[in-house]
Amino acid sequence: MSGPNTDYDPVEVSTLQPEEVQGAVDAALAAIAAAGDLDELKQVRLAHAGDRSPLALANREIGALPPQARKEAGQRIGQARGAVARALAERQAVLEAEHEARMLVEETVDVTLPVDRRPAGARHPLTTGAELIADIFVAMGWEVAEGPVIEAEWLNFDALNLGPDHPARTMQDTFWTEPAEDHVVLRTHTSPVQARTMLSRGVSEDAPIYVVCPGRVFRTDEYDATHSPMFHQVEGLAVDEGITMAHLKGTLDHFATQMFGEGITTRFRPSYFPFTEPSAEVDLVCFVCRGVDSDSCRTCRGEGWIEWGGCGIVNPRVLRACGIDSERYSGFAFGMGIDRTLMFRHGLEDLRTLFEGDVRFTTAFGSEL
Amino acid sequence: MKAPVSWIREYVDLPADLTTEALTDRLTALGLKLEALEAAGAGIEGPLVVGRVLTKQPEPQKNGKVINWCTVDVGDANGTGQPQGIVCGAHNFEPGDKVVVILPGGVLPGDFRISERKTYGHLSAGMICSARELGIGEDHDGIIVLPPDAPEPGTDARGVLGFGEEVIEFEINPDRAYALSLRGVAREAALGFDAPFRDPAVRRVPEPDGRAWEVQVADPVGCPVFAARLVSGFDASAPTPDWMATRLEQAGMRSISLAVDVTNYVMLELGQPIHGYDADKVQGALRVRRAEPGEKLTTLDDVVRELSEEDLVIVDDSGPIGLAGVMGGASTEMSETTTRVLVEAAHWDATSMFRTGRRHKLTSEAGKRNERGVDPLLPGVAADRVVELLVELGGASAEPGFTLVGEAPGPATITMPSDLPARISGIAIEDATTIAHLEAIGCRVAVEGDTLTAQVPAWRPDLTDPYDLVEEVVRIVGYDRVPSVLPRRATGRGLTREQRLRRRVGRTLAGAGLVEVVSFPFVGDDAWDALGLPADDPRRNAVRLANPLSAEAPSYTTTVLPGLLEAAGRNLGRGAAGVALFETQTVARPAEGAAPIYGVDRRPTDAELEVLLGAIPVQWSELGVVLAGEQERAGWWGPAADAGWQDALAVVDRLAAELGVEIAVASASVMPWHPGRCARVSAGNTTLGFAGELHPNVCRAYGLPARSSAVAIDLDTLIALAPTVVRGPEFSTYPVAKEDVALVVDDTVTAAAVAAALREGAGPLLESVRLFDVYAGEQIGAGKKSLAFALRFRAPDRTLAEGESGAARDAAVARAAELLGAVQR
Repeated sequence: MSGPNTDYDPVEVSTLQPEEVQGAVDAALAAIAAAGDLDELKQVRLAHAGDRSPLALANREIGALPPQARKEAGQRIGQARGAVARALAERQAVLEAEHEARMLVEETVDVTLPVDRRPAGARHPLTTGAELIADIFVAMGWEVAEGPVIEAEWLNFDALNLGPDHPARTMQDTFWTEPAEDHVVLRTHTSPVQARTMLSRGVSEDAPIYVVCPGRVFRTDEYDATHSPMFHQVEGLAVDEGITMAHLKGTLDHFATQMFGEGITTRFRPSYFPFTEPSAEVDLVCFVCRGVDSDSCRTCRGEGWIEWGGCGIVNPRVLRACGIDSERYSGFAFGMGIDRTLMFRHGLEDLRTLFEGDVRFTTAFGSEL
Repeated sequence: MKAPVSWIREYVDLPADLTTEALTDRLTALGLKLEALEAAGAGIEGPLVVGRVLTKQPEPQKNGKVINWCTVDVGDANGTGQPQGIVCGAHNFEPGDKVVVILPGGVLPGDFRISERKTYGHLSAGMICSARELGIGEDHDGIIVLPPDAPEPGTDARGVLGFGEEVIEFEINPDRAYALSLRGVAREAALGFDAPFRDPAVRRVPEPDGRAWEVQVADPVGCPVFAARLVSGFDASAPTPDWMATRLEQAGMRSISLAVDVTNYVMLELGQPIHGYDADKVQGALRVRRAEPGEKLTTLDDVVRELSEEDLVIVDDSGPIGLAGVMGGASTEMSETTTRVLVEAAHWDATSMFRTGRRHKLTSEAGKRNERGVDPLLPGVAADRVVELLVELGGASAEPGFTLVGEAPGPATITMPSDLPARISGIAIEDATTIAHLEAIGCRVAVEGDTLTAQVPAWRPDLTDPYDLVEEVVRIVGYDRVPSVLPRRATGRGLTREQRLRRRVGRTLAGAGLVEVVSFPFVGDDAWDALGLPADDPRRNAVRLANPLSAEAPSYTTTVLPGLLEAAGRNLGRGAAGVALFETQTVARPAEGAAPIYGVDRRPTDAELEVLLGAIPVQWSELGVVLAGEQERAGWWGPAADAGWQDALAVVDRLAAELGVEIAVASASVMPWHPGRCARVSAGNTTLGFAGELHPNVCRAYGLPARSSAVAIDLDTLIALAPTVVRGPEFSTYPVAKEDVALVVDDTVTAAAVAAALREGAGPLLESVRLFDVYAGEQIGAGKKSLAFALRFRAPDRTLAEGESGAARDAAVARAAELLGAVQR
């Protein structure tokens, strides 16, 4: 480095000559443009904009110039360093963008790799099916009533007008707990829940009864593809002033439509149940063939209709045994099998698949139900 | 009930062009549901003709069988007019007999195609048919031999055999016993088409004089009416005419002998069961009474039956000779030597009939009708009809005299508001319509003001209440006319909290990767053994079934686990590498005392209900979880992870968090869990259940891999503990200060205890404490372990000053040292 320029010597400060400065700038810009990645650019920055770079060294010589020449040289060097710094920043931005783009490409993965580290869970269609049914009725302002599965004989039979000699009360149809003289059974239908509801709540003008009772029931059927000693029912009970069979029909039509789709309604056929009078069988328009060209329909076997359940006007004898004024109030009741409903809704061939607990069965239903 | 259409039409003038489909549709709408429609001869195609056997040559075969090489005249049905050569294996015919022949090209039921074929050294061109081959009976002992007056050979045989006749099988509801007869079915058909009805029960019968046979009825409640008639000179060898045999078979009964067939025919016709005795075998008067202790009776089916004192029996001087209304006795059975027939037609108490049938496991056509309720006016009429047929078909003479003991109960009378059918059905039904329809079913109707009184016909004992009449009116008006109207007054309160939370539990578990199963609650003692329950374990005290389906599973379960563990084993047996299941099962514990049977004429009192409900076993929902084998699959991310005790506890934690219930776990030793890897789960002082690894013996018993884990929790209690209203949390937004500590403690000191001590010592600035590492090894020393905790400190109102969190940490460590001897590493 030169000392203070007391005795002006143009040779000593040749680095400040315009040609020299321009040469340094040109060299810097060429090196910047040539830098291929951020590491090279870092080296270029050191060489051309660092403390030991030609322009930095030239800058130090300004003091060696006569005072009248310093301003001009200072401007020249400042502009030159500014140009280099701008070029560096621009190149830096370009190279960073290139680097990032390359990284994104390099980080590419095979998104088709399996990610099934933890298998999915599922609720049972009997559970979700019962909830679907409950929700349809809750939306109409009904409530969901429940009761025990091991039940008093009186509530399962007598209170429902199934007298002591009703065929269903024999050991051939009903599970009795030991000793049988204790008069306790595994409930054969969810109807005792209806009796319990009437007995515990009563009915009044302000508080009519509209309850739906899904639940588990038992009968001494041998276990095969279409019979099970345990199955599930949903029953409904309405007790109010002025209840008619028309309300029963309206409710079941609505239920059928919600469960199976628009246009799926019901028809009644005369039948017999001890707890209802008049009584009816409920058939459902086949939701597969809709009664059109039924002959080849496997769901309804050519009938156009599917047997769905039983229903009727609550026998006043039942109302009486449950403490309800049968002169003032009337009611309707209905019941159908949830398992059976699922079987034809989902085309299940064998009832036993519901009770085997095979996860492949249960997980198949997803959120459809 | 099977009814040939031609038989129905005998009593009702249905429109000639009415199709069977239209008939069954209408009857189904009236409540007689079409079960099946049968047409005799279905499945038979091609030439089925009358043939006359010309020659019959028996030819013994090497296999010991004898076949007959026959030539049969089939007229010109074979196109040539020449006799047809046919090999026949039956022997019950002779040359000259008329038979039924199917010729080559024909098809028999079951798609059995007939062609010329070489057999037993002959070219057999067709087949001489038996009833079974034609699908019209079970008789395979021989071929059908037609009566001599059958049409000429070559005539189509279908007409002779009654083919083309349609038989309707109805499903008869238990209240419509009257429809278990052609009389009843025809009455319904008349009703359905407003057609004239000729009641076959309307006939002139002699005045009763008691002279047919002496009859004493000791139990008029069990036997309100008993009719007896006598015929003599009966020819037991007289055949049953074809028309009668055909109708019996069409109705599903077998032709046995003329006398028996006549009683069955009249039962089908009128609905009144009838019994015929060989009068020469009856000793003295007929008496009706309940059986005496120790009495026995051999019934017609040759079964010796021990009689109950509740059984109604017919006795003569020799003792019981019949199980009244259900089945006759062997000692007075009619046979091929019977010449005098004593005819019995009686009205029996339906309940008694039902009980006797059940007691002796006897179902008979007679019993089926008697236990449902028969028209009490029929006995005399039916006996008279039987006498008429025995005289006409069996060459018998009617003996004078008609014994009739007892009197039919008077008709029931029902009073109701005239508009009740309209009010209950929701259909606008005029009073005049109600009256007309009630009269159409046989009621005598009187109306006074708004009140209608109906006298019920004798054949409808099922009609007792006003609502019974409503059903009659509405079914004739038509159930299809009931409008569809939604009730509008339901004001429900939505799902209950328990119902909502139960759904929540299911969703949480499914979301955690568990699959729900539904199992039977039936178990046997071997289930308790498989779970390793000690002899005095209260879970062995289960509600037992008096009539289990299987002797191996006679109890109702006390825990969800047996069915759940079996389901897990089943999945693994079917090839699953691992399984995570849950189930909510109603479990039960026996209660004391018997449940009373109250009357039904009024509501039981609250006190009575309390007794009733107290006698029912205690029941609650138990939630079970089983985690067996692979829980996380192996993959490109790493190896598989198998179930362990911690997975079971993680499920419990997640569930408690979901419900907002504060739970605590403590080590426990309860079967079926591993004694060192079982946690008691509790909330406050209440034990909710247990979770952890299953005992190795239990895993083996259920075919589960080692380390399979399970949970059993009282779900009802857990849900009841969920908070109803949660206060919104308050939390600080000032910076957190983190401090980690590693504490060495004895092996026996639990992580929960150390965490509790830290929490206690750290003071109010502590936000959370969480264990993040456990280490045991040489550096620590035998019997020791190092527990590393992350502590987070924060003040609610300021940034913590330098040193504040360190001081709190030191205080926490000091407390752990003081309480548990913990040493900071």
